Amino acid sequence: MAGRGMPELARAAVDGGADLIEIGFPFSDPLADGPVIRAAAERALAEGMRTERCLDCLATTRALINVPLVPMTYASLLEAYGYRRFQHDARLAGATSLIVADLPIEAEAELRRVQLVAPTTPDERLRLAAERTDGWLYLVSVTGTTGPRETLSPQAAELVERARAVTDVPLLLGFGITTPEQAAEAAAEADGIVVGSRAVQVAEEGPGALRDYVASLRAAIDAATTSPSSR
Amino acid sequence: MSTGLYGPYGGRYVPETLVPALDELEAGWREACADDAFGRELDELGREYGGRPTPLTLAERFAPGKRLYLKREDLLHTGAHKLNNALGQAVLAGRLGKKRIVAETGAGQHGVATATVCARFGFDCVVYMGSEDMRRQRPNVERMELLGAEVRPVEFGTRTLKEATSEAIRDWITNVETTHYLIGSCVGPHPYPEIVRELQSVIGREAREQFLAAEGRLPDVVVACVGGGSNAIGIFAGFVEDEGVALIGVEARDAASLGTGRPGVLHGARSSLLADEDGQVLDAHSISAGLDYPGVGPEHAFLRDSGRVTYTTANDEEAVAAFKRLAVSEGIIPALEPAHALARAAELGAELVLVCLSGRGDKDLDEVLGR
Repeated sequence: MAGRGMPELARAAVDGGADLIEIGFPFSDPLADGPVIRAAAERALAEGMRTERCLDCLATTRALINVPLVPMTYASLLEAYGYRRFQHDARLAGATSLIVADLPIEAEAELRRVQLVAPTTPDERLRLAAERTDGWLYLVSVTGTTGPRETLSPQAAELVERARAVTDVPLLLGFGITTPEQAAEAAAEADGIVVGSRAVQVAEEGPGALRDYVASLRAAIDAATTSPSSR
Repeated sequence: MSTGLYGPYGGRYVPETLVPALDELEAGWREACADDAFGRELDELGREYGGRPTPLTLAERFAPGKRLYLKREDLLHTGAHKLNNALGQAVLAGRLGKKRIVAETGAGQHGVATATVCARFGFDCVVYMGSEDMRRQRPNVERMELLGAEVRPVEFGTRTLKEATSEAIRDWITNVETTHYLIGSCVGPHPYPEIVRELQSVIGREAREQFLAAEGRLPDVVVACVGGGSNAIGIFAGFVEDEGVALIGVEARDAASLGTGRPGVLHGARSSLLADEDGQVLDAHSISAGLDYPGVGPEHAFLRDSGRVTYTTANDEEAVAAFKRLAVSEGIIPALEPAHALARAAELGAELVLVCLSGRGDKDLDEVLGR
């Protein structure tokens, strides 16, 4: 989540082996998020992290690291800021793409962004999302909100299989992935994984803890896949 | 499938997980509307279970010198207009094969209506309610529990309707394959605003016919309170085509999404919201839990822009004064929500006035007497 600690945390995550950093731009009513991200957004907003300060935070982070940086936010912020203006200013601040959690595939077609698909998404929508997505497809591994879970969702493998059947774009699995074991299991199916809530929790213990946590995920993924840096 | 747009308002702003469910809901709704049996079932339930048609009552002592009528949705089973929508959506859920219902509630009236229809149809029922609202509407919490519903307190943010709605939607995202989300107002992603408007339009249809029978002409003005806006959209539906009838919506002063709001996205739709310049949703404040919501139905935003409906406000004190005055002048204790409409209606210059008395005030006694 964007905030004072973000640049150092992002650097720690990259040191630990992250290939891409997602930066949350907080929204007051985040429908796709469970308690961990929701509370993080509340804290960030209390800290004054409005859109312009989030963009500043993005630029500061960009200066420290070289991997892709992807803001993740909600439509209300873009409505207020202007979709085109946001896209322009985010790129200028060093964003690689954008994720908007509550903007359906069909909406704002000219806004380049990473599309999300879910276990409930039918094949024809999977195809549309893959056509319109920016670089990679975000596979929501569960019917549910973000948040740590005990096991990898049984719906994940089926979703990867259905997505593979309709597209060649890289597939990254997210939502609920928490432990190195789950990361390895997910990475065996998909081309990459996204970890949000658990990373936010660990980040509360500081950059060192986050680096170690990401390194543990990285090691598990590398051990589980033959081509470690495939994205 | 239609786009669900009202001018620049409405639409669908939801996580992808819900989009197929909204498509399924819309298809089920279109099919139901085309099926005479659906309409007959709703009419019969309204009549034999709900107590429709509700009467029109002339309030001579409340408004001396004019002919002010009350559309008595307070006399509907469960004590508010919310049952019209809950019954219709329960029948729809049954047609879609969903046996678990989630809902949000503010004042508790929609929660009670939902718990009631779930008991009637044998559905599992979970109602999300802000812990602040549970405190100020305790009798309704007890009613819901007695009816077999599980009331889940929402303990974060404003602890009111806004957060309860978010939590109900999150529950729906998680259980979408088994669950119908029974939204309580004409808000939310398409097709909800349309479904709720159609199910509440029975208020306007009946009131128009009853008013003509009583006065031989249409009212000069129709007044209704607006939180999310479902009782207002329902009664306005009966008169929106009648150009000579003025329509007035009354918001709570510090929850005036239409009066002081700006365009924004909340709970799945673009509408007029209480939000800051960055799109962050602001807290609303009202003595009335049912109006204490920073958003409003997208069709209301459109009706405001088009000029067809005039939106104004009443504050807590004005609502309480009207609440007490209707009680002593007519022997009717209104809910605090329509008391806002009564406060503005009483001072209108018009002679023939129709007010939607959307609910009864038993639930508000502690709040009013505790002041």
